Amino acid sequence: MASQEFLIQYLPILLFMAVAVGMSVVMVLGSLLFGKQNPDPEKLSAYECGFDAFSDSRNKFDVRFYLVTLLFIIFDLEIAFLFPWAVALGKIGMFGFFSMVIFLGILTVGFIYEWKKGALDWE
Amino acid sequence: MISDFNLVPLLPEIFMALTGMGLLIVGVSQGNRATPVICAAAGAALSIAALVLLSLGWDAQTVMNGMFRFDEFAGFMKLLVLIGLIASLALSSRYLTQEDMARFEYPILIIFAGIGMMMMISANNFLTLYMGLELQSLSLYVLAAFQRYSVRSAEAGIKYFILGALSSGMLLFGISLIYGFSGTLDFTVLGKTIIGLEQIPIGLTIGLVFLLAGIAFKISAAPFHMWTPDVYHGAPTSVTALFAIVPKVAAFALLMRLLFQPFADMQEDWFQIIYFLSVFSMVIGAFAAIAQENLKRLMAYSSIGNMGYALIGIAAGTAQGAGAVVLYLMIYIVMTAGVFAVILHMRRQGLAVAKIDNLAGLSKTEPALAYGMLILMFSMSGIPPAAGFFGKLAIFNAAMNEGLYVLAVLGVVTSVVAAFYYLRIVKVMFFDEPADSFDKNEGSFARRVVLIVSVLFVIGFIIKPSILYECAMHAASALFTVAG
Repeated sequence: MASQEFLIQYLPILLFMAVAVGMSVVMVLGSLLFGKQNPDPEKLSAYECGFDAFSDSRNKFDVRFYLVTLLFIIFDLEIAFLFPWAVALGKIGMFGFFSMVIFLGILTVGFIYEWKKGALDWE
Repeated sequence: MISDFNLVPLLPEIFMALTGMGLLIVGVSQGNRATPVICAAAGAALSIAALVLLSLGWDAQTVMNGMFRFDEFAGFMKLLVLIGLIASLALSSRYLTQEDMARFEYPILIIFAGIGMMMMISANNFLTLYMGLELQSLSLYVLAAFQRYSVRSAEAGIKYFILGALSSGMLLFGISLIYGFSGTLDFTVLGKTIIGLEQIPIGLTIGLVFLLAGIAFKISAAPFHMWTPDVYHGAPTSVTALFAIVPKVAAFALLMRLLFQPFADMQEDWFQIIYFLSVFSMVIGAFAAIAQENLKRLMAYSSIGNMGYALIGIAAGTAQGAGAVVLYLMIYIVMTAGVFAVILHMRRQGLAVAKIDNLAGLSKTEPALAYGMLILMFSMSGIPPAAGFFGKLAIFNAAMNEGLYVLAVLGVVTSVVAAFYYLRIVKVMFFDEPADSFDKNEGSFARRVVLIVSVLFVIGFIIKPSILYECAMHAASALFTVAG
């Protein structure tokens, strides 16, 4: 169909996916088929710097770790937006400049909120 | 950079965003004691946004690189959303202090959800659509879990979040397929592309199916309704009122814009899906509600059934059908606000109760409230001369004109079944032995106003039904004019 010729542009993605799937299958199956499988209890036990494992690895974490991570992601993403904006600033003109200023303004409101709310205090 | 740069049609949204952020700063510096002030300010902000909306020119226009469309349909639906938000804010104010959840974020989250809904209604691009949808959904997830020390509320929030995220995933997958097969995200261009196709590619159809599944989650149409009863039951009652009143209007407006504008040429594809969703929702809504003991769960199933009736109007696919949907939603939000005003009033010894049995003998203990509820229940079950009858009449009329006899007959049959549980409430109120009376002096002024307005609307609709009917038809006809 003539209208679907542009679909050919997706071919590299299809090839990439085929290569990705193929390589991971080959790696997993290869070690399964050709590796020497000779397990004993020592090999199967958890290895922790030469010691026996101290405790179960599924601990409860303090919720504050998640909070800090989430807050970090927000401002990390902000930087990810700022870099291309700074590089392209000459081309995008005043409109681009003020778009980012508004975006930063909104983020600042969020920042004031989290600061005042005490999300940045550890104790 | 942008040829159609014009912020005027966005003024209500911009105003709400600025006020929301301003109130957030005020709230966080003043703490929770500022909650009543912020509630009042939020109500005023929503009213001013409605006034700004009314003062705009409602001619159809597309601005900001075609991302944002404003026309009479968008204006009318936004007005409905704002009225619904004001009503649910008025219903909550007293409940917040009673339930010890008076935190200042509550009204601000309502404002943010409102901005999201208004963006959904005006979306003319899949990016705007998704942004609005997520802003709305994220605010509502937080509101569902607002009573965070209650297990039920936390459960409702998590359930709503997980299923909402799943539905957003389906929606995005559908959008990516549509983009892949049409090469555009813009609704106007997409509509032209679809008209130009000799044959619809299968990928576009699959994309449409996923898109509709995602939106069906948001309007809680069966078989995507599973979250509704649990979330409605678990969330704080004032939040349940908000869920029942407003988001459905926005999601319906979005659905109508999608189906009647870009996908108008694929009607035979989406018709079957809407038909199925409609039949299934009506049946589930009618039969599953019979066994419910809790009023909030009952209202959840009632809303599923009501979405089924409204979908009939979309299935009709005509301007008349669309107008009937708008009218139906308008009547639905007013009735629901009234019913929730009654539910929020139900408190014994300082605790909120929501069982149907708790209403026993209300006609003896609080006759005014009982008669108000009686009128609302008659209207919900579609008994003339209450307003609910006219909504159903318009929907069934549109269906009959398009020859959808099966849908219309099924609609009538399921509303007869649904009448059972609405009338059972009336029976419990008027003929059962009186239970203890509710706490006195608990009715807030705002809540009483909502109930009175709702009851008056339901009774008074018959005096001149043509006014609102013609408004709705006029708004819906804007969807069918060629996009400029």
